[in-house]
Amino acid sequence: MSVLVFIDHSDGSIKKTSFEALSYGAALAKQTGVSAEGVLLGTVSEDLASLGKYGVQKIHQLSQDSLNQLDAEQYIRIIATIAESSGATEIILSHTNTGRAIAPGLSARLKAGLVTGATALPDTTNGFQVKKNVFSGKAFCTVSIKTPVKIISLNPNVYPVATGTGNAEITQENIPVNAAAVIIKSVSKASGEILLTEAEIVVSGGRGMKGPENWGPIEELAKLLHAATACSRPVADAGWRPHHEHVGQTGIAIAPNLYIAIGISGAIQHLAGVNRSKVIVVINKDPEAPFFKSADYGIVGDAFEVLPKLIQAVKKLKGVT
Amino acid sequence: MKILVCISKTPDTTAKIAFTDNNRKFVTEGVQWILNPYDEWYALVRAIEIKEKDPAAVLRLVMVGGPDCDVVIRKALALGGDEAIRVNTEPVDSFSVASQIAAIAKAGGYDLILTGKETIDFNGASVGGMLAGLLEWPFISLAAKLDLAGNSATLVREVEGGEETVEVKLPLVVGCQKGMAEQRIPNMKGIMGARSKPLKVVEPVAVEPLTEIVSFELPPSKKGVKMVAADNAEELITLLHDEAKVI
Repeated sequence: MSVLVFIDHSDGSIKKTSFEALSYGAALAKQTGVSAEGVLLGTVSEDLASLGKYGVQKIHQLSQDSLNQLDAEQYIRIIATIAESSGATEIILSHTNTGRAIAPGLSARLKAGLVTGATALPDTTNGFQVKKNVFSGKAFCTVSIKTPVKIISLNPNVYPVATGTGNAEITQENIPVNAAAVIIKSVSKASGEILLTEAEIVVSGGRGMKGPENWGPIEELAKLLHAATACSRPVADAGWRPHHEHVGQTGIAIAPNLYIAIGISGAIQHLAGVNRSKVIVVINKDPEAPFFKSADYGIVGDAFEVLPKLIQAVKKLKGVT
Repeated sequence: MKILVCISKTPDTTAKIAFTDNNRKFVTEGVQWILNPYDEWYALVRAIEIKEKDPAAVLRLVMVGGPDCDVVIRKALALGGDEAIRVNTEPVDSFSVASQIAAIAKAGGYDLILTGKETIDFNGASVGGMLAGLLEWPFISLAAKLDLAGNSATLVREVEGGEETVEVKLPLVVGCQKGMAEQRIPNMKGIMGARSKPLKVVEPVAVEPLTEIVSFELPPSKKGVKMVAADNAEELITLLHDEAKVI
């Protein structure tokens, strides 16, 4: 019996969300008294043995180059095969783009109950119960998984990465890789940017910024804080910022440690995408902006006067001149 | 070309979220039910666009749920689609819903099945992927564009850190998100026409759910906002560093 953690990677590096999933899987294995193992498809620059420090004893790897890009059907088949041969009773993934592509298919293939977007370790004292976000962050739900094999996809940025000491044993798996059904024609990835879904701090702008030419201070503040930039729906719809920055009900849902909203009134559709943030700061010149009701800290003021002061204060704090 | 669009009903975005029966049930009194926005704006409208270009295409909608779903199904038919199928059973979990739709899909000989990327109530994001798994078809999640040429589809999907353009042979299941189509408002002709479109009610197949809901809870309420004066904005950074400890 074991807990099997899927380790995702992009551009040759393991994703931060996978370190969270490894820590979560190791804690679950400890809780239920079984071993923790990982599965990595493709190759990464990191030394896999060192992943032992997250609490996994063994890493199953298939190092074919073709697996470096998402191929949901192959991933599902290979993970299912390894889960069966290693006697995994729980499979852990991250609730990311990759996790969304493979966890449901894995569930259907293994007839294993799935909880997506888990926010905490399962309660195993009475059955197997997992807590998740529902109603777009407005509530939690506890779900009981009733099948012998259980699959959990963990929300990003909810479970802390925990490290200790130890080395993992690496096993090269020999499972045939078939021709891909999904042919990748082109890939466009923003390099060097902090990913919105992984960012611990997000600085976001709304219509109150008045135009795309005014985003300089938001970008500067974000850079100083090692934050990702985001925007509200009207801003993305107007083409001021790219669509992938749109957070909200129909955009991306995020859960950073700190969300700074500048010139965003806080419509309920926007809140649905950001209300899982641990600390929310709202800066708006309208004291009646509904967003203040959901905020932890607020400033009523003109963004163009407030932002330079914040930038100066962060520079001072970080010792940047 | 035969297209099946999976739709579901969700509480309106502004609905009050409350629970009863020892936090085991969502309070439905006074709740306005809508078509799940991802199913409507992206999956259904894109399917309608495909049919507008190819009038010979057959477009059916499917929903799993009780008779109270019919109002929402008629609203979907007002936007477009030839007919709808309702599988007459309350949804229990994603797997049971996917299994019901898989039975409909197998009987119908479809080329393309579209779903929204997730529902805004349960946020499972699971039915499309499970359906593809049950049918042994490819699944493209988080698709922002879909174009068809013969028996092949070209899609843009979101992956970690960016997007990919991919090509896949039909049949195929697609999870649709922003970018796929623009929201439409049904017109009077559509609303009138929807009344006479067939809405078939079929009985469910036997499925054992894999999970069940134990309870709900609301997040702890916020302590209230701490305001900082605009001319003393620097103080915010001190608070975020010393008090909230997030920077």
